[in-house]
Amino acid sequence: MKLKGWGELTPGAVILEAGNAVEFKTGSWRSFRPIWKEENCIQCLFCWLYCPDMAIKVKDGKRAEFDYDYCKGCGTCALECPGKKGQKAIVMVEEAK
Amino acid sequence: MARPLSLKEISKKEVLISSGHRMCAGCGAPTVIKMVLLASDYPIIAATATGCLEVSTCISDYTAWKIPWIHSAFENAAATISGVETMYRSLKKQGVISKEIKFVAFGGDGGTYDIGLQSLSGAVERGHDMLYICYDNQAYMNTGIQRSSATPRGADTTTMPAGSVVPGKTEPRKNLTRIMAAHDLPYAAQASPSHWMDLMKKVRKAFDIKGPKFMNILSPCNRGWRSRTDEAIMLSRLAVETCHWPLYEVEYGVTKITFKPKEKKPIVDFLKPQGRFKHLFKPENEWMIKKLQEDIDREWERLQKEASLSAP
Repeated sequence: MKLKGWGELTPGAVILEAGNAVEFKTGSWRSFRPIWKEENCIQCLFCWLYCPDMAIKVKDGKRAEFDYDYCKGCGTCALECPGKKGQKAIVMVEEAK
Repeated sequence: MARPLSLKEISKKEVLISSGHRMCAGCGAPTVIKMVLLASDYPIIAATATGCLEVSTCISDYTAWKIPWIHSAFENAAATISGVETMYRSLKKQGVISKEIKFVAFGGDGGTYDIGLQSLSGAVERGHDMLYICYDNQAYMNTGIQRSSATPRGADTTTMPAGSVVPGKTEPRKNLTRIMAAHDLPYAAQASPSHWMDLMKKVRKAFDIKGPKFMNILSPCNRGWRSRTDEAIMLSRLAVETCHWPLYEVEYGVTKITFKPKEKKPIVDFLKPQGRFKHLFKPENEWMIKKLQEDIDREWERLQKEASLSAP
């Protein structure tokens, strides 16, 4: 991500590239990292729906890996995860460890 | 044909708000926006009032929106989108555009309950074909948790801090959904991200009705509510289950409660996890909790009565 000079900006600072915020990676904000345990996943997709950072990918209706480039580590997915037989499919671990 | 409302089906759709926005970790607002955008099968054009959502999704020359999006000022999201909608109608008449497009305005509670209320009221009265969505986080969170008219009684804010003088905000919150329903508009509803199916159904219903529509959606803010970052969805669920945030809709004057909790939880369940209500649990402030519970009981009674009156 590079800041533009005044000469490179569009008139009225209109942004012509939709969704170009993806160039800004927010993953460095994270202090806790969610870990996906596939064996406990029931594919409810609640984590995908509730993730405020669109950092959980879904492929063909099935949950895929976390996108750690953008995950801010809020932990909503882990809290809302129903898991299987009382075992969560998402657990939070400290980044430093 | 609308996609069936199952997560498996909806997840195949592209999410029209991208990663890389700078909302706080665990914010409720992006989840609300995501659900609204996912629910629609129409192309959407959006306007946003100044607020957290606007400043953090559109920083410098980067935008998280993958739809045409406009921001002009704090107080006029409704006027801005009504202008865009009018231009669309004119272009349609001239034969330049034939596509069916839906218009949405997003505003926070500051930009809707307080600063943008006249603009919203005017746009609704003029009958523009638009949906106004208020994501209500119950204070001016963007500028540092100042009290708004959406702040519930007893909450600690920076402009009405709880201490020896006042136990947080002493006034009850304004019931905006009722104010909007009083405009006799085709559709007004209240929703919560915890009940996503209910929320998406309401958005779809709103898009299929012509004329002005209003939705008030609760959007927990962990910075202002002084809660953990992972509790946004849990808190919005508790708000519904305690009837602090009842889910209902008013369609052409007919009120319908869309979710009745099996067992109405005491308001304490909603207050306990939030630091902004911490002071209410001191013995000298317990009367405030009683008062809050009375407010909620009264409104819930009234709502049920209103719904039974309009039941077929």
